[in-house]
Amino acid sequence: MASTELATRPPESGDPRPTGGRLAIPRNAWRALTSMRTALILLFLLALAAMPGALLPQRSLNQQLVDQYFTDHPSIAPLLSRLGFFDVFAAPWFAAIYLLLMISLVGCVLPRTIEHAKTMRAAPVATPRNLGRLPHHGSATLDVGPEEAAERVRHRLRGWRKVETATGSGRTISAEKGYLREFGNLLFHLSLIGLLVGFGAGKLYGYGGQVIVLADGGQFCNTGILGYDSFQAGLRVDGTNLQPFCVRVNDFEASYLPDGQPESYHASIGYQTTDDLNAGRVDQWRPYPLEVNSPLRLDGSRVYLINHGYAPRFTVTFPDGQKRTGEIQWQPVDATTYLSQGATKFEPPGVTDEEKRRTSQLAITGLLAPTSSGGQVVTSVFPALRDPEVAVDVLRGDLGLDDGRGQSIFEVDQSKIDSGQLKQVARANLVPGQSITLDDGTIVTFDDVRQWVALQISHDPGQDTVLVFAVLMLIGLGLSLSIRRRRFWARLTPTADGTRTVVEIGGLARTDRAGYGEEFDRLRADLLDAPHTGAEVDGSGADGPNTAAKDG
Amino acid sequence: MLTEFALYSDRLFMAAVGVYVLAMVLHGAEYAVQRSAKGVLVGAGGPAVETDAPPPDAPPRDGSGPGRAERYGRMGVSLVVLGAVLQAASIVLRGLAAQRWPLGNMYEFTSAICLAAVVAWLVVLRRSPASRPMGLFVLLPVVILLFLGGTVLYAPAAPVMPALQSYWLVVHVTTVSIASGLLMVPGVASLLFLLRRSGKLEGFAERLPSADALDRLAYRITIIAFPLYTFAIMAGAIWAEAAWGRFWGWDPKETVAFVAWVIYAAYLHARATAGWRSGPAAWVNVAGFAAVIFNLFFINMVVSGLHSYAGLG
Repeated sequence: MASTELATRPPESGDPRPTGGRLAIPRNAWRALTSMRTALILLFLLALAAMPGALLPQRSLNQQLVDQYFTDHPSIAPLLSRLGFFDVFAAPWFAAIYLLLMISLVGCVLPRTIEHAKTMRAAPVATPRNLGRLPHHGSATLDVGPEEAAERVRHRLRGWRKVETATGSGRTISAEKGYLREFGNLLFHLSLIGLLVGFGAGKLYGYGGQVIVLADGGQFCNTGILGYDSFQAGLRVDGTNLQPFCVRVNDFEASYLPDGQPESYHASIGYQTTDDLNAGRVDQWRPYPLEVNSPLRLDGSRVYLINHGYAPRFTVTFPDGQKRTGEIQWQPVDATTYLSQGATKFEPPGVTDEEKRRTSQLAITGLLAPTSSGGQVVTSVFPALRDPEVAVDVLRGDLGLDDGRGQSIFEVDQSKIDSGQLKQVARANLVPGQSITLDDGTIVTFDDVRQWVALQISHDPGQDTVLVFAVLMLIGLGLSLSIRRRRFWARLTPTADGTRTVVEIGGLARTDRAGYGEEFDRLRADLLDAPHTGAEVDGSGADGPNTAAKDG
Repeated sequence: MLTEFALYSDRLFMAAVGVYVLAMVLHGAEYAVQRSAKGVLVGAGGPAVETDAPPPDAPPRDGSGPGRAERYGRMGVSLVVLGAVLQAASIVLRGLAAQRWPLGNMYEFTSAICLAAVVAWLVVLRRSPASRPMGLFVLLPVVILLFLGGTVLYAPAAPVMPALQSYWLVVHVTTVSIASGLLMVPGVASLLFLLRRSGKLEGFAERLPSADALDRLAYRITIIAFPLYTFAIMAGAIWAEAAWGRFWGWDPKETVAFVAWVIYAAYLHARATAGWRSGPAAWVNVAGFAAVIFNLFFINMVVSGLHSYAGLG
């Protein structure tokens, strides 16, 4: 366990007790599992096992990169996939490592907690016979009687746990300090378990989802999974008991530096809490300025602004005069210029013949430049909506909307084009207000462009627990790494006439960290009135040579 | 005005690198002089004045005060101090020029990490002047990182994207940079410890502090840096909760930070395990620093993730 060498991890060299009977194997296995060496090996394995999670694309982070990896490495990718390398942190072998580590930790820390509780109550260790053999020691004859000498030692050792024992004509004082070190060590490890429990609770009962909302009054209500564009449910979440609240996006503003680097994003939103909804206050919206790094926190759930983009609006006027307006988000394909692509799809109105309805669907697909370069080939030169232009193909035919298969809202089904079921009937560059007329008299007009924002909704019931235990871990770590456990003994023997006292002192650091030497030197100076001479100092031994590097 | 600040910041950065290089040359000269003088002067030395207890192979001195090696060494240290001051000024001016906390891209982190390493090294030197011969090896990675920072990673002073506009940037990136810089010194000390213990390059390694001193130095700085690194990761998690909607998501940067943390945890355990205490523990410490550096460069520059705002391309 971190930074301590108290030998409560059982030594590997075996046990003096006879290991017979049927319990020998489980007992030895338990001992091996809770030994420090095993803990070390498990730590290395944990570090090693996490690395593929950083080096290989992960499904939980980016499915597209995983697909790309399959395309680039067709031979090895299926094998890696079967072994769980694209879901490292959900893989059984990863879980096995950290579970073993946790068992090892519990098996080590619990006995130590009990032992430390006993130590806290026990008296400091009795004074060794020969203090001169300790790594730190000293002696002097003081011109005071034994009572006063003892009082002087007691006074100097305020804050130490100490016990006095009468020995013949004199007495000894044993003292110990630094119990907080082991306390910190145990606090750290026990908090680590608490942190994992909180983390696990989040994975079980938490959920998150993303939704795109048009930024001119679009609304989202957290009432069910269907409201989301994508949803990640915890293992025990079925989507039926989401915390209800509603959000309305009134406006979105982005500002950019002259070179196109975004400077700030700001969405003005209104929201209604669960209480508002229960009380029927559905007309009132509480205002909130939603920004990056400043999510809306509603008891238990949070709403984040994670992306934005553009939604072109097209109006199609069919030959019979009926109009249909389509306004759907297009997807940014260039993160710098916000050049976007998408597909806005229409069904012909008033067509009763099923076959004819299905084969005369329209799709407007292509690119949208928020600030067009103005050339023949439309490209975007700036991410803000200054001078929008679209370069679109109009396709007519069977979009495959009735096939029962889900399809992307950002593109048309390429197989329908390949099979000739979907044909290009026009191609044009349009600025707002412009239109094109198709061969059958249908008019497609590019009206204008709206903005959309992508919201992330997160719900994690475990995160407060995680934070509390993380803070405790940090406190424990600080205590266990900064405090030294050390012992101090004094033996007071009155001289024959009883007016003077021979004081012998000795010290021993119980932990790895060198540096008791300096503190001991001060103790000796205070108690023995001796200057810092090296004559009686032997600052070596278990504490490590206290030579070049002074301790702080 | 702001562009002038940016310009002066860049010049101070270059000056600092130049001064560090010069300090390395002086430390190298200290080394060379000591080695060539060794045959003649061994045994002629007086006591090493400024050390508590000189290691058995304390630098030889000639009878008349500090020798040439000593002089070169001291000049080297003075230059390191000067370099650190110049570099600190460069970072401050960078912040004034960009009108934000000067830790917004890889160039700036690299500079901060190196400054933290240099300052940590100067503190070590103050407490134990006998470690001075290590200076050459501490400056080597610093100069390499600064060179990379000033060339490949350089980005002009500019505001940062909205995701980075948070006071958590100050807390998280500052602590992670300081912790990484601090960890550089134990990384170097552990490497030198291994070099010294291996017995190879004898003439080369014997000017270094004793294996024991190197090992202790590595441990002492690690136990300061490790809690700081832990805090930095936690601060990052708190920030991630506010910025990305979750406190931990196994983003590549988070994953490698976790790996490095686990390696350092293993180091502390190794220090308390019989048979692992010195040699193997030193290897673990080196591996830990390798993970930190890998996280800084490889993950930001090669793997794409949420932390990919290196200001490159």
